[in-house]
Amino acid sequence: MQVSKEELLHIANLAKLELKDSEVEDYLKNLDNILEFSKIINNASTENLDITIGANEAKNVFRKDEVKVFEDNEDLLQNAPVKENNMFKVPKIL
Amino acid sequence: MSREDYEAVIGLEVHAELSTKTKIFCSCANEFGGDPNTHICPVCTAMPGSLPVLNEKVVEYAVKAGLATNCTISKDSKNDRKNYFYPDTPKAYQISQYDKPLCENGYVEIETADGNKKEIRIERIHIEDDAGKLNHDDFGGDSLVDLNRAGVPLIETVSKPDMRSAEEAEQYLRKLKSIFEYIEVSDCKMQEGSLRADVNVSVRKKGTSELGTRTEMKNMNSFRSIVRAIDYEIDRQIDLIEDGGKVTQESLRWDDVSGKTFSMRGKEDAEDYRYFPDPDLVAIRLSDEYVEKIRAELPELPEIRKQRYLEKYKLAEKDAKLITSSKYLSDLFEQAIEVCNNPKAVNNWIISDISRILNETEMEPSEIPFDAKQLGELVILIDKGTISSSIGKKVLTEMFENPRNPEEIIKEKGWIQISDEGAIKEVVMKVLEANQKSVEDYKAGKDKALGFLVGQAMKETKGKANPQMLNKMFKEELNK
Amino acid sequence: MDITELTVHELQDKLKKKELTVTQITKAYVDRINEKEKDVQAFVTVLTDEAMKQAQDIEEKINRGENKGEFEGIPIGIKDNMCTKGVKTTCSSKMLENFVSPYDATVIEKLNNENLINLGKLNMDEFAMGGSTEHSYFHNTFNPWNLNKVPGGSSGGSAAAVAANLVPWSLGSDTGGSIRQPASFCGVVGLKPTYGLVSRYGLVAFASSLDQIGPITKDVYDSAMLLNIIAGHDERDTTSANIEKKDYVKALKNDVKGLKIGIPKEFYGEGVEPDVEAKLKEAIEKYKELGAEVEEFSLDVAEYSLAAYYIVACAEASSNLGRFDGVRYTYRPKEVNGLWDLYKKARSEAFGDEVKRRIILGTYVLSSGYYDAYYKKAQKVRTLVMKEFDKAFEKYDVIITPTSPTVAFDIGGKIDDPLSMYKSDICTVSVNIAGLPGISIPCGVDSKGMPIGMQIIGNKFQEETILNAAYTYEQATKFRENYKPKC
Repeated sequence: MQVSKEELLHIANLAKLELKDSEVEDYLKNLDNILEFSKIINNASTENLDITIGANEAKNVFRKDEVKVFEDNEDLLQNAPVKENNMFKVPKIL
Repeated sequence: MSREDYEAVIGLEVHAELSTKTKIFCSCANEFGGDPNTHICPVCTAMPGSLPVLNEKVVEYAVKAGLATNCTISKDSKNDRKNYFYPDTPKAYQISQYDKPLCENGYVEIETADGNKKEIRIERIHIEDDAGKLNHDDFGGDSLVDLNRAGVPLIETVSKPDMRSAEEAEQYLRKLKSIFEYIEVSDCKMQEGSLRADVNVSVRKKGTSELGTRTEMKNMNSFRSIVRAIDYEIDRQIDLIEDGGKVTQESLRWDDVSGKTFSMRGKEDAEDYRYFPDPDLVAIRLSDEYVEKIRAELPELPEIRKQRYLEKYKLAEKDAKLITSSKYLSDLFEQAIEVCNNPKAVNNWIISDISRILNETEMEPSEIPFDAKQLGELVILIDKGTISSSIGKKVLTEMFENPRNPEEIIKEKGWIQISDEGAIKEVVMKVLEANQKSVEDYKAGKDKALGFLVGQAMKETKGKANPQMLNKMFKEELNK
Repeated sequence: MDITELTVHELQDKLKKKELTVTQITKAYVDRINEKEKDVQAFVTVLTDEAMKQAQDIEEKINRGENKGEFEGIPIGIKDNMCTKGVKTTCSSKMLENFVSPYDATVIEKLNNENLINLGKLNMDEFAMGGSTEHSYFHNTFNPWNLNKVPGGSSGGSAAAVAANLVPWSLGSDTGGSIRQPASFCGVVGLKPTYGLVSRYGLVAFASSLDQIGPITKDVYDSAMLLNIIAGHDERDTTSANIEKKDYVKALKNDVKGLKIGIPKEFYGEGVEPDVEAKLKEAIEKYKELGAEVEEFSLDVAEYSLAAYYIVACAEASSNLGRFDGVRYTYRPKEVNGLWDLYKKARSEAFGDEVKRRIILGTYVLSSGYYDAYYKKAQKVRTLVMKEFDKAFEKYDVIITPTSPTVAFDIGGKIDDPLSMYKSDICTVSVNIAGLPGISIPCGVDSKGMPIGMQIIGNKFQEETILNAAYTYEQATKFRENYKPKC
């Protein structure tokens, strides 16, 4: 095992996921399997190669600084489960 | 060891909201205020499937800021995601720049307490999107999320830890603010939060070069609290070390009321932002021509303008510095001169009364409620003798409180100076008659008595009598 | 005549000749859905009533002589990860169970401009993560060729709906094979365009640098037509390519004489089912007969690509899916103890296991200490894979591989073994990693009668070349006339 339980729980916390005790083992095993398999990339000779971020090599795709109003304003809040005074409501930070 | 054996090491991360028409990644209006969630769209509310498109003006403004602060402009740059969960950040990441900021390795010059010049180095300036605003619910402590500010463009200017006192930090921030105002990339309204700073403070023994553990005070938006907070934090850290303790690296919140810093709880407990290049945005590559064009279009910067004032208007160094420290004040100065053609007088108004009122009310120069034309007219009224300069001060106060044309003010208040010879004579005769003792004193050689008599006459006219005429007429009468 | 058996170009022909009306066509599909959807379960949201009403409106317009576009009144189905205003877009997730988008995706706008009729939103693996559509929160979709088999995924609903004649054609999305593999499993044509050819605006992101929308159709001609509708530059997607618009139908020459075909030997042999390999060999022989020049060569990128793919895709996904936090979209846990608890409960309760597995992997490879070893290395491998393909395309016009090493597998067959599920993407992911176009067309069936897919890969923006290669083979072999799904 290259990932410890503590590490997995730390990662889950970063991702704001809560793993049940009964799930931890499974997630750990799956993460380990895929990381183990992924080691194959270490065999690829990538010396002197740059990283590729996306498949589009274009540069400088910008937008003009012109205001366009989004007309259906209320639709932006229509899916919010809890709202008040046209704002999204969130519980307090404990 | 004593306090004098320590030195403070201070660095600033300054966030300035750019004054573009639209947000950084969508076409929503970039406007302060407005009803909650009225300047929003699928992009800045992070609706599923929406994509960012970079505003070209944001790149231009950041390059401007970089050039005005002597930075090198990066040819190749990109946008990176900074991942964290917080309700004011709807995408759960901020689009910032990690290892390839637009501008690097600049500096600005400040003047230290002993009058020497000092360079404060700038590590980088990068572009990023601002977060939304959390409003606190009246009941129960819940928060309400308003995303009007989400996606407002920011430049973050990161200094090297080159400042050694709160005063230097203040000087640096003032300098940066004035530069951004001059090049018109940000309105720098600190009270509205369009200019704010994260302040990093550590202390170390003098003579050592290693950096101490630093604390960070987030989102400071007034010069006064920055100075107080730094001084407090320096003392706190020294006390802690002197008592055998250790400074913990943490984010702090400055509380202006108690004058203390507090540990910030509730933010991400484990901060690992997992920066990576944003795959939704293509890379930025700036040509030399692009950068040089912006350089050529840079407006006159404060330092150059100050030199011009010294030469053209023969202002005192101190005055020229104060006026040019704010683009708004400096524009007010130049435009008022165009109206009244009296640089000395305008200079005096700005450096004394106007500055005093700004200080007392913690007002930004840009919030001055009257315009240059009205200030120019005030000077003309005094120059023409329509009012005295002491009435002028009252008019200025009135212009701040209830702004309107000075002429209107003096008419309404009946403050027009009495320069009519008959009227002055009447007052002089009345005062002489009522103050026989002073008349005798004067005749016995006590010149001081004249001053007293003039004072009485001013009192009688509520300050409106022309003082030169009073003087002249008293002398004539007494010497008869 | 069974209307739902017809391709779209056949429907157009009959509309033009007034042998069919728009309402007749839509009615035929509505009837077919009413009859067969219970077996196939391709949809998340069925819009039969809305579709009939729209068809009537269009027909009235046509009767008034206001007919405009050549696609007016043609029905279509949409994978449920493309935003449709006023209609739920769920991504087959509990998280978005009741989510109604406030805007239309660019591709949806394009369909609307042509007056196509949306028959409904199609099932998928949750957030497009999976290869069997078994990771849908709502229900499985069943392969029309054998209802005990998976339809593939993640665009399983899109492929099954076309195969079962529930829609004449559909849109899918492909991040690592999610159009081509289900097309292969369901015996239909699936095209993943070059990265950037079709706007991603409004496609709920899985992995932004890999996702592409593409057509799933009954034949190659329809594929070219649907690509004509959806391709094109979009200012709202900065990764969308600003290139001249092409007419892909015109590229269908039914001629491959002199076409240089590369056969990468690493994509055959070990791990590939014998029937799949045999049918591919037959297809390659067919190309030789048709006058193409075929050569075997080495392209040793498949396994690197697969590993790099899972690292990059999951890293991006871990960030893209951060916005699903219980605040702005439908799902909200009932009782929460403060903000962090809301986040954790919402995400843990409303994401399925596969999504959580990938978020955890993605978070891990981006986290401090592992970034260089995994994410950065994978991005470099990406460059390597691109360079290898560049080299190959100096010699060949197209590259032919199996779409999947296997035919459709049993429902439940791989669900407990995520890694083995991942490995079935081995033939398709390198195409996404390199941003290339790839098309899957059926090239026969195995001994049990399950369809086998052939993948034709082209160089960037060479959709015309792969469409013509696919079309020429299709015209010569007539798969649709010889094989039909059971359902």
